[in-house]
Amino acid sequence: MAEHASGVAHAHDAHGHHEETFLDKYVIPLDHKRIGFQYLYTGCAMAIIGAFMAYVFRMQLAFPGMSVPGYGVVSPAEYNALVTNHGTIMIFWVAMPVLIAAFGNFLIPLMIGADDMVFPRINRLSYQVFLLSAIVLLGSFFVDGGAFGGAWTAYPPLSAKAEYSLTPLGSTLWVLAVALEFVAFLLGGVNFITTVMNSRAPGMRMYDIPMVIWMIVIASILFMVSVGPLVAGAVMLLFDQNVGTAFFDPDRGGDPVLWQHLFWFFGHPEVYVVLLPTCGIVAEIITTFSRKKLFGYKTVLYTAFATGVLSFFVWAHHQFISGIDPRMANLFTVTTVLISVPLAEMMFVYIATLYGGSIRLTTPMLWALAFIGEFLIGGVTGIFLGSSGSDIYFHDTYFVLAHFHYTFFPITIIGFFAGITYWFPKMTGKMLSDRLGKWHFWGTIIPFNCIFIPLFVLGAAGQHRRIYSYEFFPELAADNLQNLRIFATYSMLVMLVFQVVFFVNLIVSWRNGKKAGRNPWKANTLEWVAPSPPGHGNFPPDDMPVVYRGPYEYSVPGRDDDYWPQNVPA
Amino acid sequence: MITQYVEAASTYAGDIDQVILLIAVLGGFWFLAAEFIFFGFIFKFLETPGRRALYVAGEDEREMRWVTIPHLLVLVCDILIIVAAVRVWVDVKIEAPPAQNTVRIIAQQWAWTFVHPGADGELDTEDDIAINDELHLPVDAVTSFELVSRDVMHSFSVPVFRIKQDIIPGRVITGWVEPTAVGQFDIQCVEMCGIGHGLMPARVFVETQQDHAAWTAEHSDTSVAAMIAD
Repeated sequence: MAEHASGVAHAHDAHGHHEETFLDKYVIPLDHKRIGFQYLYTGCAMAIIGAFMAYVFRMQLAFPGMSVPGYGVVSPAEYNALVTNHGTIMIFWVAMPVLIAAFGNFLIPLMIGADDMVFPRINRLSYQVFLLSAIVLLGSFFVDGGAFGGAWTAYPPLSAKAEYSLTPLGSTLWVLAVALEFVAFLLGGVNFITTVMNSRAPGMRMYDIPMVIWMIVIASILFMVSVGPLVAGAVMLLFDQNVGTAFFDPDRGGDPVLWQHLFWFFGHPEVYVVLLPTCGIVAEIITTFSRKKLFGYKTVLYTAFATGVLSFFVWAHHQFISGIDPRMANLFTVTTVLISVPLAEMMFVYIATLYGGSIRLTTPMLWALAFIGEFLIGGVTGIFLGSSGSDIYFHDTYFVLAHFHYTFFPITIIGFFAGITYWFPKMTGKMLSDRLGKWHFWGTIIPFNCIFIPLFVLGAAGQHRRIYSYEFFPELAADNLQNLRIFATYSMLVMLVFQVVFFVNLIVSWRNGKKAGRNPWKANTLEWVAPSPPGHGNFPPDDMPVVYRGPYEYSVPGRDDDYWPQNVPA
Repeated sequence: MITQYVEAASTYAGDIDQVILLIAVLGGFWFLAAEFIFFGFIFKFLETPGRRALYVAGEDEREMRWVTIPHLLVLVCDILIIVAAVRVWVDVKIEAPPAQNTVRIIAQQWAWTFVHPGADGELDTEDDIAINDELHLPVDAVTSFELVSRDVMHSFSVPVFRIKQDIIPGRVITGWVEPTAVGQFDIQCVEMCGIGHGLMPARVFVETQQDHAAWTAEHSDTSVAAMIAD
């Protein structure tokens, strides 16, 4: 690490130094920050589409058969397509692009003191493939037969044969879109890992890397190692659908359970792929706003690695009752319950970081703390499902649904709001309104709990998933249960309305907000050394940062300031 | 906990409920403890003018004890939960007791066919009783079931029995249940099986041994062969 590696220089050599056109700047940019914004905007647009789907099917569940305002009457086939694509979109087209690609792209070069990614062109290609995948997925709603409705897990033979799914084109486009999305993130992952390993500022050792960057790197590694089998599975499924192969067709010697193994071998590590970046974001925020050093930096790092490694040995807990050899369940119960150990430790470490702090409850801090508080619920309820004995009852009920929304909502939505409110000053040079931010915070967090706590109760009452109307099930159609569904739906409407506050805050603050300056939060990491917003190349070429210490040296005794930026010489 | 909403009507339902209770107590304890300390720290260490935050690296052993000791205790709780869960799992899913009655459960898009053995007590004979969407079982007797699918994945679930098992086309999966309460209960398909997935309700009728024998005798003359053949 004797000198600065330069991605901008490479890109410019080929690119020439001509004046940037609109096309260069916004449509096919090479700058990591602009590509980050492209991912962010696309992810937000997909989040709005995914939320609209949730709105439609929750209205149907609360008031079966009603004409949903803005949509119309929901048929069973449409209901299935909506729940399937809500899940697919929220995980692959919202959590992945926003948490990993948008924050990863924006933050990695800035936080390690580089001027860009090492492969700016691969970076651009990654977004273009991603955009194509999103278009393919949304296009599936407009083809003959409609969008795929066989659940986001796409178990064959339902997903493999058009005569079962009744969506001949929809299921093919769904698999194609997912496979393309994986290609996009493989390209992005190569770039993230290479950049962090090779382009760090002089003086930044492994243990000086900010936690969020480590987490994105570990997540990229997990993704790259786990996705291979599913890409293979996706190709096999495409062949089964369109070429007439029989990989998953039991009538001709195939095995439908094979798909489940391929899917979940990727699917479970995927949870940690999106969880870890949010854990990193939260680490940055709680240290900054409690003015504390992260409690046990290496412990956090090792627990993240341990979680990542363990996550490859838990996949079959999704398949306890799926017809695999029941003896396998014992093994996977042990690994699954054990994964609570590193994760519980990580949460304990975050709570311990607050001890003795000087806590400022700014909007980003509220979001980061809410992540810890809410994710604990998701973690604890997971034990009911990871233990084979109790999973027999809870499997495929709303208890599962409430559980994973208590993990994915904190990860994706709370993590996104934490990150965006924290780095907005850097991204735009303006401060967000704290007052509107807090309105939005409470208007999201309270309804969120009001949506999903009733769903835990419904799951405990035996309500199974993916049913478009419970009126055919006398026990489940009872009034007390229907009232819970209605309450959850109303809570969701309240939450959706409060998102308007966020977008208003975003637009108004971007135009008229207070100027942020370089380091409004008095934080230590290198992105706060760059101008807000940073120009092309991030730092002045003749004054690239040099690192002297770790990222969390807050409240060091004997110093006047309670922060000590990484680039300030001792 | 569960019985507040869904009664327990099989021999192992109570055991499963106990595992759920155990996890609720142990998990609930750690959850409440963590949230209590978490909120305690937030309110105790709010910013006050003139007070500076502590500098704690959390790297030496004395400090790390605050994390490692709870972490070891979590591990102990985990082991308790694993033992309890595995014991119930082995009872329900692996070690089936000898059966007094056998039924075949056939799932398809989007209906159930329940094949009862008839008066001779054996499947695949002339007097089998095949009925759509109605399963009849004797109370206090072990029934073994064979699960078969004609097309896609389905899943057989009876909440009051706490039993759930996916059905895979091309395989015969077996299971068992011993009902303990007479009555009429909900059967669900819990694996997405296409557009009619929400339209597969069925009922299980648990009858006293005498009533079940009477029901069997009454229906045994309807030959299944004719019904299944078409």
